[in-house]
Amino acid sequence: MEHFLALVTKPDNVPILAILFLIPYFMWLSYRQARQTDITGVPSDAALNDKVYVWPYLCRNEFICAIIVMLVLGVWSIMIDAPLEEPSDPTKTPNPSKAPWYFLALQEMLVYFDPWIAGVVLPGLIIAGLIAIPYIDINPKGKGYYTIKERPFALAVFSFGFIVLWIVLMIVGTFLRGPGWNFFAPWEYWDPHLVVPLTNVNLSYLFGIRSETTANFFGFVVVAGYFSVGPIFYLWKRNSSRFLQELGLVRYVVVSFLFLTMMALPIKMILRIFFNVKYIWVSPWFNI
Amino acid sequence: MNEERKGLKEKITNSDIWRSIFRHGYEDTGRRYTLQILQNVWLHLHPPRVSRHALNFRFTWCMGGITFLMFLVTAVTGVLLMFYYRPTAEYAFRDVQYLEFDIPFGMLLRNMHRWAAHGMVISVMLHMFRVFLTGSYKKPREFNWAVGVILLLVTFFLSFTGYLLPWDQLAFWAVTVGTNMARATPVLGHEGPFAPQDITQSNDVRFALLAGTIVGPSTLLRFYILHCVAVPLLASVLMALHFWRVRKDGGISGPL
Ligand code: HEM
Repeated sequence: MEHFLALVTKPDNVPILAILFLIPYFMWLSYRQARQTDITGVPSDAALNDKVYVWPYLCRNEFICAIIVMLVLGVWSIMIDAPLEEPSDPTKTPNPSKAPWYFLALQEMLVYFDPWIAGVVLPGLIIAGLIAIPYIDINPKGKGYYTIKERPFALAVFSFGFIVLWIVLMIVGTFLRGPGWNFFAPWEYWDPHLVVPLTNVNLSYLFGIRSETTANFFGFVVVAGYFSVGPIFYLWKRNSSRFLQELGLVRYVVVSFLFLTMMALPIKMILRIFFNVKYIWVSPWFNI
Repeated sequence: MNEERKGLKEKITNSDIWRSIFRHGYEDTGRRYTLQILQNVWLHLHPPRVSRHALNFRFTWCMGGITFLMFLVTAVTGVLLMFYYRPTAEYAFRDVQYLEFDIPFGMLLRNMHRWAAHGMVISVMLHMFRVFLTGSYKKPREFNWAVGVILLLVTFFLSFTGYLLPWDQLAFWAVTVGTNMARATPVLGHEGPFAPQDITQSNDVRFALLAGTIVGPSTLLRFYILHCVAVPLLASVLMALHFWRVRKDGGISGPL
């Protein structure tokens, strides 16, 4: 418990505490407007479409908002001092060593994937995927107002990625990871000498495969099989689904690839946590 | 009573002293409001009029504006900090200590800079979340969303390069951990898959970032220049583009 409290009260973790409060607040605020839109069938602000002068109406709002924010920032800066630890020393590695809080979701991914995937490929795909969003979401509805009914899939995917895979992992990485990057519940003692038995095995091993070549082939089949869910679904549905026809092949390929890649993270987490799976595919060049 | 007050007001505003200070009165007309925006270098970024729902806190959460405000605060406090800080391994840490203990309001200055930077990271993430929830990235705002994504990265990178500058244990190890993954870049990192033979730890991408094989004095200088000059410039250019596109794309998105 003392370690957890020390973490929670660390000055650099104040932003995370703020996020713990801000995210639910804004989700509630937007949910209320979305529900109103969905019940009445009219965007919640549709009546406010007339024009007003920026001076004074918008400038006044900006001014008030700036004052409030500066007050909060001022109080925050007076109450809490920025941290300054001992001078840097390359020979004294702290345990755990943590990146700044906004990168902890990435650091958390390192538990489940090798650095080249967790640290390079997945972040690259997150960026490419974010930029691709406007070009692959062809649903013209739900533009400029809150709604759930008119775009459930887009909202579900993005919210899952943002809230669960980014914010929650960031919080886990900040508050629940101790020495050796082991998981510690808030009430647990941070034992730096904790020995966690490494019982993780590769997926092929669980299936009784012992030969390296077979295991390599097996891993390839599993990964390729996973990603072929996209094409198979397309072939199966393309004639009956108007949505798929409108989306078109290129957009479909991008959407399904990004979606399957994103879902690979929670899938690997579940395999690791509940089945002690280390790698799904072990090859001479890389492991997944 | 009201008449009396009006008379008094007129008497004051018509007096020679008043008129010597204020050349003309304040017309309460739309023309006046429009000119107020158009003729002011700081305000002309705005259109003269916006639709009423764009004023709603509920809609924008003010998060884009707050991000910009936080950027301005870090720019001002950052310039002040630069007067006291030398980016070398000998001085960096001691300069921060000196700032905290001996400069009047030095601690407050440093706090404001750090917390505004953290605040900017929070508000930019919330801004992105809001833009997604309102579907505001849809046609014709696709490109401005892309500019936004780059701004998100730039914000992270600004914060990350600044994290190293106090040169204490926290800074050193956070940056060490944060840049370690670059070793594993496919092809370009010496520990990454498919790395060619001649990519070693002293010429891969991590080396380019750190100016060395570990975080050291040259990393400090490199991060300092990125943090104080290169990245803020890039951020400013991108923000100018971002704001310009908000207007060109028809102002804040809304129903209809
Ligand atoms: C340094 C970072 C950023 C700054 C200073 C900034 C600032 C702003 C401001 C002031 C607005 C006006 C509306 C509002 O306040 O919500 C705006 C709108 C917008 N921003 Fe950003 N932004 C930033 C980053 C981003 C990011 C990360 C994204 C998305 C990935 C984004 C996408 C957009 C879009 C699409 C609009 C138009 C919204 C609409 O019309 O409703 N921006 N931005």
